Amino acid sequence: MNYSQILLMRPELSLIALIVFYLLYDLIAGEKGRKYFHLVVSLGLVAHIAYNLCPTGAVSISEGMYLSSPIIGIVKTILTFGTLIVVMQSDLWLKREDTVIRRGEFYVITLFTLLGMFYMVSSGHFLLFFIGLEMASVPMSCLVAFNKYNHESVEAAAKYVLSALFSSGLMMFGISFIYGLNGSLYFNDLLQTITASPAQIMALVFFTAGLGFKLSLVPFHLWTADVYEGAPTNVTGYLSVVSKGAVAFVTLTILLKVFVPLLGEWQQMMWWMIVASITIANLFAIRQKNIKRFFAFSSISQAGYIMLAAICATPVAMTSLVYYVIVYMVANLAVFGIISVVEQRSNGKVGISDYDGFYQTNPKLAFVMTIALFSLAGIPPFAGFFSKIFVFWAAFKAGFWVLVFIALLNTILSLYYYLLIVKAMYITPNDNPITHFKSDGYTRVSLVLCLIGVLVLGIVSSVFGILNAYSFGL
Amino acid sequence: MNFLSIFVLIPSLMLLGLWAARNIKQIRAVMVTGASLLMVMAVMLAYLYVRARSAGDTSQMLFTSSMEWYKPLNICYAVGVDGISVVMLLLSAVIVFTGVFASWKMKLQTKEFFLWFSLLSMGVFGFFISIDLFTMFMFYEIALIPMYLLIGIWGTGRKEYSAMKLTLMLMGASAFLLMGILGIFFGAGGTTMNILEIAKLHIPIELQRIFFPITFLGFGVLGALFPFHTWSPDGHASAPTAVSMLHAGVLMKLGGYGCFRVAMYLMPEAATELSWIFLILTGISVVYGAFSACVQTDLKYINAYSSVSHCGLVLFAILMMTHTASTGAVLQMLSHGLITALFFALIGMIYGRTHTRDVRELRGLMKIMPFLSVGYVIAGFANLGLPGFSGFIAEMTIFVGSFENTDTFHRVWTIIATTSIVITAVYILRLVGRIIYGEVENKEYLSLTDATWDERLSVIVLVAAVAGLGCFPLWFSSIIGESTLPVITQLMSH
Repeated sequence: MNYSQILLMRPELSLIALIVFYLLYDLIAGEKGRKYFHLVVSLGLVAHIAYNLCPTGAVSISEGMYLSSPIIGIVKTILTFGTLIVVMQSDLWLKREDTVIRRGEFYVITLFTLLGMFYMVSSGHFLLFFIGLEMASVPMSCLVAFNKYNHESVEAAAKYVLSALFSSGLMMFGISFIYGLNGSLYFNDLLQTITASPAQIMALVFFTAGLGFKLSLVPFHLWTADVYEGAPTNVTGYLSVVSKGAVAFVTLTILLKVFVPLLGEWQQMMWWMIVASITIANLFAIRQKNIKRFFAFSSISQAGYIMLAAICATPVAMTSLVYYVIVYMVANLAVFGIISVVEQRSNGKVGISDYDGFYQTNPKLAFVMTIALFSLAGIPPFAGFFSKIFVFWAAFKAGFWVLVFIALLNTILSLYYYLLIVKAMYITPNDNPITHFKSDGYTRVSLVLCLIGVLVLGIVSSVFGILNAYSFGL
Repeated sequence: MNFLSIFVLIPSLMLLGLWAARNIKQIRAVMVTGASLLMVMAVMLAYLYVRARSAGDTSQMLFTSSMEWYKPLNICYAVGVDGISVVMLLLSAVIVFTGVFASWKMKLQTKEFFLWFSLLSMGVFGFFISIDLFTMFMFYEIALIPMYLLIGIWGTGRKEYSAMKLTLMLMGASAFLLMGILGIFFGAGGTTMNILEIAKLHIPIELQRIFFPITFLGFGVLGALFPFHTWSPDGHASAPTAVSMLHAGVLMKLGGYGCFRVAMYLMPEAATELSWIFLILTGISVVYGAFSACVQTDLKYINAYSSVSHCGLVLFAILMMTHTASTGAVLQMLSHGLITALFFALIGMIYGRTHTRDVRELRGLMKIMPFLSVGYVIAGFANLGLPGFSGFIAEMTIFVGSFENTDTFHRVWTIIATTSIVITAVYILRLVGRIIYGEVENKEYLSLTDATWDERLSVIVLVAAVAGLGCFPLWFSSIIGESTLPVITQLMSH
């Protein structure tokens, strides 16, 4: 192997450089320097995005173990952007007395999970994929447990780590089948040797079950609500958007790169999982009282919609999937940014009924929240409308009419529960609403970024155009 | 930029203006300027349209332009108008204009109210100018969602329930609609979403049989098709005045317009084959709506059921598939839009004074507020189809046209539907006699005042429009007639 090839892993190397820098900064900077820690981290991520903004050409390192292409580069940039937003929103939380001493760890651990996702997205070999996945999920449990004096946070972390390990076990079992049957774990080799024999299908089933856990698709979703509720709100946002987006993308690429001969079986399996995810999650979301649990179920159903693109396995579907993830990211992070700032400013109010009359006291935040919710529900002219339609478009084109119809009917249900929050904020009277407060600068900037995303991504078609131009290169 | 896009641009600018507005005066200034501009533009469009036609331009749509939007998905932003859209744009402009004046005294959260109101108008105008299925659907949905907040926040009565019911039922309809649109798009080869282009292609009959009912149902719910009309009475009764006006006046017409322009035009074979199912349903709408209106005690409910009946007539007429009937359908959209807006405006004004809409409590309004009462009588007469007003022209054309369809089944249903005229007369005359005339029972009402200038303006504009359409129908029916012809030809050729 030629070691100079390693230099081709540009995003990973620059991220590692950032991580090392922050580790040292945390040690060396001292009281005074640490005051600017948050700014330094945010700027570092911005620099990282800028450095990797131009997508590189196709890269293949050590016989195709590490692969990269323009669309993969774009996905990495998107993930970094999501991380940046989450980091910005967490300033208020990290300034709290019990967290301020550990803020350095938060940054470093978060970036480590991001690094794991980078490797996962770029993998051309099941081992690298697995390492990336573990790197993304094991540190994540530390993040979930970050409020270590809060027993819910710790409980959530325990649940997360157990289910993550279990799902990794399942996935590993599937991968071992693949190795045993084909004698290789390189995606390039597997494409030639995989057939639709029962044992291979078995491998696919275990592998998909593992992915299902990470994506929190029904019936592998049971950990989601508890973990989302217990984790610190910013971590919940990170879990629901960045980590989910990475896995969703990987699901489709692995399907396209490896399991092409098993496409029929995979689609059949996915069909039921999508229907179950969308419908069951929507029904459960209606009954929720805690807003974080509520968005846990909402994110399960959104994952179902994302998978609607993954089921078709066509280039347009690939574009729609990445586009959906971006749009979902800006809308959901806007929501979590608001939930987080409300929680910090109101001593931990996270009930949906706490939001009654929110518009009267904090009209601007309520307005941003409304627009984000409308985008999640797929209401034009916000970006969510376009992303949903494109996913339906792709699935309809691939012939999944009934599935599209079920998904469409489910949008009514989802609109209903998103409107419940709108109703709470605008209509339901409340004698004791959340008092008026000023949100911090970082949150405001992040919300403005998200709002711009929600308003612009749909109407300006060039984002979709760029994604589409590159997705063929996969 | 295309001239038509200005109808989307003005409401967008109104949104921006409202965003910047600081006090009630500025808000009103923005709204009045915007609404008047829209009105001027609509009149100008009508003028330009007629001029182009008389100059011999025979293309089906005028002022067309198409801009690629999402190229990989063959989605364009395409606009164009024919006679039907021109008159619908005129109608929308009139109602937005009068709606602004009808909500002149809005106190609670004025800025937000007008913000959502402008978004709603943007959706309506955008819908009527678009000839691309995707843009059409997008504007349709833009028009729907502000309704939730407008009714939920500023409504009266059981507003939360009504708002949710309305939004969910219409969103359900739009789910069907999207399914239908995707079906049409891929059925026609998946290369274009432009209605005019698709009309030239042929969708396989098996697909038409699936997607025609879906599409028709999707639009039909908005046009108060029985049994999916139940959102309409609750929604209209709870909505604030201007929203009722815009919703009953314009938004319900989106349904009829869409059924005609999309479902029937693009899938003519299935339309001729399956129209009987919907004909029965709309026939029920027409008669049942009228009967329901007889037994209501709330003024708004009476009018809402009357709308179900009259909007049912629109769908009924287009399903008859004759040229005269479809022209009548468009005339009915116009006429009903104006009359019902006038009704809702007057009811809102009366309610603002008496704080009740209960028919049993109101009596002798003519003595207290003569201007509003005269307006109400005029609206009532126009609604029951008195010659000289628009209602007569529209219903006459519809029933004559329907009878032109020589099929026995169609004729029987035409006869059944004509009974609605009599039933309408029953409830309107009873109502007018009850609340307008007679002695004033509640002495507190004697101190109430008549209409103020803003209210008078809005009523006068609407009455003038209703009478104008009634007295000079030929100008409208000729520009409508030449535009319904291509659809009817398409239907007849199969």
